[in-house]
Amino acid sequence: MATAEIPYQETVPLHHPKTWIGKYVFSQDHKVIAVQYGITAMAVGLVALFLSDLMRIQIAFPGFMEWFVEDYYYQAITMHGMIMVIYLLTAFLLGAFGNFTVPLMCGARDMVFPFVNMLSYWVYLLSVIILLLAYIPGLGGPTGAGWTLYPPQTITEGTPGADWGITTMLASLAVFIVAFTMGGLNYITTILQARTRGMSLMRLPLTVWGIFVATFLGLLAFPALFVSAIMMILDLKIGTSFFMPAIVSLGQTLAYDGGQPLLFQHLFWFFGHPEVYIVALPAFGVVSDLISVHARKNIFGYRLMVWALVFIGVLSFIVWAHHMFVAGMHPYFGFFFATTTLIIAVPTAIKVYNWILTLWKANIKLTVPMLYALSFVLTFIMGGITGLFLGNVIIDIPLSDTYFVVAHFHMVMGVSPILAIFGGIYHWYPKLTGRMLNDFWGKMHFWITFLGTYIIYFPMHYLGFIGVPRRYYENFDSSFYPASAQMLNEVITWTALVVGAAQLIYVANLVHSYFYGKPAGDNPWGANSLEWCTPETPPGHGNWGDKLPTVHRWAYDYSVPGSEKDFIPQTVPQGQSS
Amino acid sequence: MRKILDHHVAILLGLVVIGSVIFNVWSPWQFTEIASNWKFIDFTVKVTWWICGVAFVLLGLFMAWAIWRYKFHESGESHYEPEHPVLESWLTIITSIGVVIMLAPGLIVWDDYVQVPSDAMEVEVLGEQWTWKYRFPGEDGIFGTTSVKKNVNRGRDETTFEPNITSLNPFGMRDGDPHGEDDILIASNVLHLPLDRNVKVVLRSKDVLHDFWVPEIRAKMDMVPGMITYFWFRPTRTGKFEILCAELCGRGHHIMRGEMYIDTQEDFEAWLDSQVTWAEMKAGQTPEEPIVAKGRQLADQNGCFACHSLDGTSVVGPTWKGMWGREVNLADGSTVIADEAYIVESIVEPSVKLVEGFGSVMTPYAFEDDEMEALLRFLQETAE
Repeated sequence: MATAEIPYQETVPLHHPKTWIGKYVFSQDHKVIAVQYGITAMAVGLVALFLSDLMRIQIAFPGFMEWFVEDYYYQAITMHGMIMVIYLLTAFLLGAFGNFTVPLMCGARDMVFPFVNMLSYWVYLLSVIILLLAYIPGLGGPTGAGWTLYPPQTITEGTPGADWGITTMLASLAVFIVAFTMGGLNYITTILQARTRGMSLMRLPLTVWGIFVATFLGLLAFPALFVSAIMMILDLKIGTSFFMPAIVSLGQTLAYDGGQPLLFQHLFWFFGHPEVYIVALPAFGVVSDLISVHARKNIFGYRLMVWALVFIGVLSFIVWAHHMFVAGMHPYFGFFFATTTLIIAVPTAIKVYNWILTLWKANIKLTVPMLYALSFVLTFIMGGITGLFLGNVIIDIPLSDTYFVVAHFHMVMGVSPILAIFGGIYHWYPKLTGRMLNDFWGKMHFWITFLGTYIIYFPMHYLGFIGVPRRYYENFDSSFYPASAQMLNEVITWTALVVGAAQLIYVANLVHSYFYGKPAGDNPWGANSLEWCTPETPPGHGNWGDKLPTVHRWAYDYSVPGSEKDFIPQTVPQGQSS
Repeated sequence: MRKILDHHVAILLGLVVIGSVIFNVWSPWQFTEIASNWKFIDFTVKVTWWICGVAFVLLGLFMAWAIWRYKFHESGESHYEPEHPVLESWLTIITSIGVVIMLAPGLIVWDDYVQVPSDAMEVEVLGEQWTWKYRFPGEDGIFGTTSVKKNVNRGRDETTFEPNITSLNPFGMRDGDPHGEDDILIASNVLHLPLDRNVKVVLRSKDVLHDFWVPEIRAKMDMVPGMITYFWFRPTRTGKFEILCAELCGRGHHIMRGEMYIDTQEDFEAWLDSQVTWAEMKAGQTPEEPIVAKGRQLADQNGCFACHSLDGTSVVGPTWKGMWGREVNLADGSTVIADEAYIVESIVEPSVKLVEGFGSVMTPYAFEDDEMEALLRFLQETAE
């Protein structure tokens, strides 16, 4: 029986670092790597936030920033999108949360390949540096092709950054994928091989399940992006024609011939749609755990939650072309991809039901992490149902490439995962640092961020309905929508500026609480999963002292009838209640 | 008051849900009025709207209520119930039914959308950075074939070709195709179509992705270089409509506009009759002096016509029509006569004396003396 076996990591010695650099810089400790990933992702995320403020000012007040020309605008939308999706969300949810939670929640000392794990971070940092090299003055700036990088415009002269900009972007993506692969192999192997005694797969917290399935998706999906990046670099640098047909670019007939732009779109979205779930599934997992812990109630329908994650993961590989309903592919694809896309709504809806049903007859503590988890559910419902519009092929026809799409994907994979990330940070910060984050400022940050983003993105759907096209540097007066649309744009911009500035509260809270926060103790939330059972807080290198913990139950024994306390940690044997 | 403070989270979440409904009812921003046969698209949107709206309100309010009702008490205790297979099955079934109700009409309309009625007339839309051109098949009802290159020679070491799309052949009509002779070519961004006729819009692009979109028509489709795509519709009211590009196509994406007029059949025919065919366009092109032809070729090769038109329209850069010798207002408020010296300066150092109303986007060009002379002769010839 598995529980009797000696866990793998009790059989191998752990190499303790001898120097300060080995401990905090080139560290192989998963917790330090998690912090490195987290800080880097947040730093580059602030760049993306700043770019979005510039874009919003331009949209609401065209001409106010005279220096902000067309090229800058299109470069800003591209960099904002790519940074948010790849370098912030993917890196944070898997790099930071994945690294921090997987070994702790599985009851492992560390990742199975700590050295590769360390390399993963440094290669990620390299990809961020390459990405930002695009801003070296005098080389034309970053690419302005939109984050989807559709050829032929990506590498033709009518697009800003068609040489240096796109080269750095593609190189950075390729390097990022190397980093992701090194991290991803670690998460998978650790979850499969390094769980402690008694930690069966069906006892894993949903956070680990979310990260597990998302990592599988990443390992299968990122190669498609990798090859398309390589093929595009070949088209650009040595004149192959993978994606380039014969074209006349700004009056000049180019030598390309016979390539197929749609091939790139298929490859891109074969990666791009699973990517949505690479971001969403860890967020699902984190939110499931936060809701259960802070509602003092077991997660409702655990087994169905796990199978829904797996089912969503599998389906996410056969829905990609719903991003291409107007791309000009064979029209019969529309039937297939609309059907698969709407089917994926069923397991997704089940997850929403189960979160809400967990609240029913619970004993809900409205802590800051819980506020974020609850707001995630509401935001995600909004983002999910607008997905039913866009997934239904014929409805996508009028709405694609309008602000409806912008509102939809910001709700579902921008704001939602970020709310989940904030929730997770407020939840795990006490374990990471041993100190609580400030509650009052946490709540201020929460309400401004949640209500603010809702005010930004909910009305934006209506801009799409009246036909305002996305990715326009300037919207001239148009006859098909009322002039009041511009007023709505101004409201959105002002709100965006406030929400952007409010993130400083959060950064200040992180820094201030690190030094002056209330001491947290080992288990401030009264949670069951293993990371709250470490002998030290913050956990030392190796996490568990000499002997790994033994798991006797699932992670959701909250308010079990007859028990003294309202929680029973996973390490407590069956039959005992504390 | 105390109760409100105690339950502020539940109240605010509930207000977000109710506020969304109120916004939806009172918002002045609704679907633009339709002007085509695709009313069933709007119907499908309505069905989805209601199902999703009801689901959103029910779930949101249930959540707010649960937060109110089950807020933490020291004496409170949660109900321990890990699973409820019957409830979970019912929720799955109800959700599946909702999905089918939304998907079924969607697929039925899509089936209509991708099958063009056999009586549809055809019009081709040609997209290029950053304007539109149109082509009708003429009397024979068949479009002539087109190509981007001609005389392509695929050698062992080098492939040579000549451009086929030039200022003299802006549509890239292929030499020697009899179907092309009567094609009606509209080298402007204004399109006219007749009321109540099914129209198959055939989509072609010279350079990058574009997307021909008139919001009131509902239909749209990307144009992809190297491919022909299409959609169809039937205009149901006359009037003037804006054409937008809906697929990011470079730094001029937002200025890629056009106009579509839906006319009565008579008005449409009168307009169409006044347009030139490919045969007429070729016949109207008088042979140019060698040096002028050389200048035109240089302008073609260097892509000048992407920004500077010969027909008086100004999009990215000022038009060349009537430019020679005219007084020009500059961006700095001064004026200058567009003589040979000024034009040469504007080619070699284009950002020094910008024409009012245009951005500093042109890169400097260097020409040999004889090339510059040919170019100037061509400009003088066409610009007078």
